[in-house]
Amino acid sequence: MNGDGVETETAISDDQVHLEDIEIRLLLEAIYQLYGYDFRSYSQASMRRRVMHRLTMSGFSTVLQMTDRVLRDRQFFVTLLNDLTVNVTEMYRDPEFYRAFREEVVPVLKTFPFIKIWHAGCATGEEIYSMAILLEEEGLYERAMLYATDIDKNVLAAAKKGIYPIHAFKQYADNYRRAGGRHSLSDYATARYDSVIMEQRLKRNIVFADHDLATDQVFGEMHVILCRNVLIYFDRTLQQRVFRLFDESLDMGGYLCLGTKESLRFSGDEDAFEVVNKPMRIFRKRQPRHNV
Amino acid sequence: MVMGASWGGLNAYSSILSSLPEDFPAAIMLVQHQNASADNRLAWLLSKYCRLPVVAPEDKERIRPGHVYVAPPGYHMLVNVDHTIALTIYRPVHFSRPSIDELFFSAGHVYGRQVLGVILTGANEDGSEGLDYIRRRGGRTLAQSPQSSEAPIMPEAAIAKGAVGEILDLERIGPYLAESLVGLRNEKTEHPGRR
Repeated sequence: MNGDGVETETAISDDQVHLEDIEIRLLLEAIYQLYGYDFRSYSQASMRRRVMHRLTMSGFSTVLQMTDRVLRDRQFFVTLLNDLTVNVTEMYRDPEFYRAFREEVVPVLKTFPFIKIWHAGCATGEEIYSMAILLEEEGLYERAMLYATDIDKNVLAAAKKGIYPIHAFKQYADNYRRAGGRHSLSDYATARYDSVIMEQRLKRNIVFADHDLATDQVFGEMHVILCRNVLIYFDRTLQQRVFRLFDESLDMGGYLCLGTKESLRFSGDEDAFEVVNKPMRIFRKRQPRHNV
Repeated sequence: MVMGASWGGLNAYSSILSSLPEDFPAAIMLVQHQNASADNRLAWLLSKYCRLPVVAPEDKERIRPGHVYVAPPGYHMLVNVDHTIALTIYRPVHFSRPSIDELFFSAGHVYGRQVLGVILTGANEDGSEGLDYIRRRGGRTLAQSPQSSEAPIMPEAAIAKGAVGEILDLERIGPYLAESLVGLRNEKTEHPGRR
């Protein structure tokens, strides 16, 4: 039934696919060596889709040809970087998570004299403002310090600005209500034309910094680490590195919050944490156990 | 085996899954366009129609034969070369996340001629490019007939693209899959897709 006068493209052999895989690895190696961004241990399936997507859009016939351009044209690299780093986020993504955080983590945080929170992979900042608002409503913002990090300086700049399209903000307001918000989300932002800008006071205790989970080191003595829907892009080896990094960066009794489809199962470090809320993936670092 | 549907998909999936035997030898991965807040309701619903275990997968979960994996709302579901599931929240494709194209492209890549792609009822064109990729990789491709579809746009788009090998009415699809994949049990090795 193929055909019917329709011009069908040629078959794609296993050899050709194999060759593409090699070329993709070479591209990622080239990016690492020239620009210092390390995607070599990212999850293979999604990297491949992103690279092939950019290949189709750019009109090159092979990944190797595109690699040549990437190496010689910084602007083109930035376009590809945008494809490879996944910057899709929203305020109060998974409202039930924020509700659980409010009910199960906040009461403990209230007993601390100060609170350090690391949001690893904050992208354009929607979730860091979600947390800032939650802390303010719980009377915790004054003694909190929020560290928002991402690999990509461009998205960090956007996160710092805290300006979001108004059409998205309506969805966020709905998430906020479902997350147990006490007021109205519009109390925390000012509308301007077709954008909203987050209130300046929410930014007082937020530090934005670039940090690459694949290559950079411990980010000290945190009480809470939020890293939601970042680890899904990493392969298991890199995941294990990151879990170690989190373990070392967390205070005893500190909380680790993952995305709802992510698991500690493959971390090699499962025993270091106890489960606080399983469906919402909230974990707590255990006290060290004494050897018997 | 990979399947994709949009408008009318729940009916189509329950019809197809209910006619598969409990010793069905292939792993089934399916995408249904749905609202991101729907959570795992679809997997739960479909499990009532299906003798096979229906799974709402976690990231990096191993793909096992005889299991049905339902893409979680708000995530794209892909296949890694090590036969595990990759979930991503990359931007929507054809306004959809999960997107059928995302699943079909990655399954075509990993499984080559050992994949069977099925495009079902739906009201947009998601899936036709991915199905065409499966065809070009030597996989089998199947579409629900437009006249048996609640929304014919999706199968029509795939057919117009020349991506479709066979067209079947909805009530024929389940029995067809059950019959044509039974032979697979004897040919099949531990790791489909690996040469």
